[in-house]
Amino acid sequence: MPTIVVDVMPKAELLDPQGKAVAGALDRIGVTGFSGVRIGKRFELAVDGEVDEALLETVRKLADDVLSNSVIEDVVGIEVVE
Amino acid sequence: MTARVGVITFPGSLDDRDAQRAIRIAGAEPVALWHGDHDLKGVDALVLPGGFSYGDYLRAGAIAALAPIMAEVKDAAAKGMPILGICNGFQMLVEAHLLPGGLIRNAHQQFICRDQRLRVENASTAWTSDFTEGQEIVIPLKNGDGGYIADAETRARIEGEGLVAFRYVGVNPNGSVDDIAGLTNERGNVVGLMPHPEHAVEPGFGPDTAAAMRSGVDGLSFFTSALASLVGASA
Repeated sequence: MPTIVVDVMPKAELLDPQGKAVAGALDRIGVTGFSGVRIGKRFELAVDGEVDEALLETVRKLADDVLSNSVIEDVVGIEVVE
Repeated sequence: MTARVGVITFPGSLDDRDAQRAIRIAGAEPVALWHGDHDLKGVDALVLPGGFSYGDYLRAGAIAALAPIMAEVKDAAAKGMPILGICNGFQMLVEAHLLPGGLIRNAHQQFICRDQRLRVENASTAWTSDFTEGQEIVIPLKNGDGGYIADAETRARIEGEGLVAFRYVGVNPNGSVDDIAGLTNERGNVVGLMPHPEHAVEPGFGPDTAAAMRSGVDGLSFFTSALASLVGASA
């Protein structure tokens, strides 16, 4: 069964409080070498059948309208995995 | 005739009964509405209450914004019905694009609960007309995802058009840009804010004031404002 993976990230220019908290924790446990951490979301849509262009178009619209909020987030990837 | 104000209950709403109680204390009849219906039962105004609809999954208010009844809510908003979104209700209004911008996790990552001082920036909306512009009020605030955020263009527009209804005073409790606590739409009928006016409507149950413990009732004017706007509209 194919799966469509949608990746959503907080907008680069906006504060990501979760990422900031993790970056702070890394700093406290002495991990160095990273200038920042950002946390996004990964959606796995299990496809009931085959993936065609119409379905991908549906997913693109879904990604923009439901899975992400364009005010605070960007859809950074839509990928089909088998 | 007594005005009828609907309060929509979603899965995970917490403050729906408090909102109903506030409406009753303000002199109107609360009407319980259900998220899964396509029916506003002929109400004159609407409150989207606080809580954690769908456990804040996806984004706070995002799944509730897709509820069946939201079609009727959007329709009513377009027709000018007074609609107030409190906390999670504010998040729903933003997710439904009835108000601009977005709400994200508090900048300090922690849930916060406090009596919050606010400044009324716009006293000409359906829900703020019983205040005066610049008036400071204190009502409870309790949220985890209360950080208001918007891009530079939107921020310039909402400031330019006077759409900031309330601003945090003293403490910015959640990292909201420009200290924004609440917004109105252009028409002034749709208002949303993170703090909770419905928890400051009756002496003994509100925030502390200089006069007495838990005597704050600054939230009541939200509801009396809406009732006054309804009387004005029907006259």
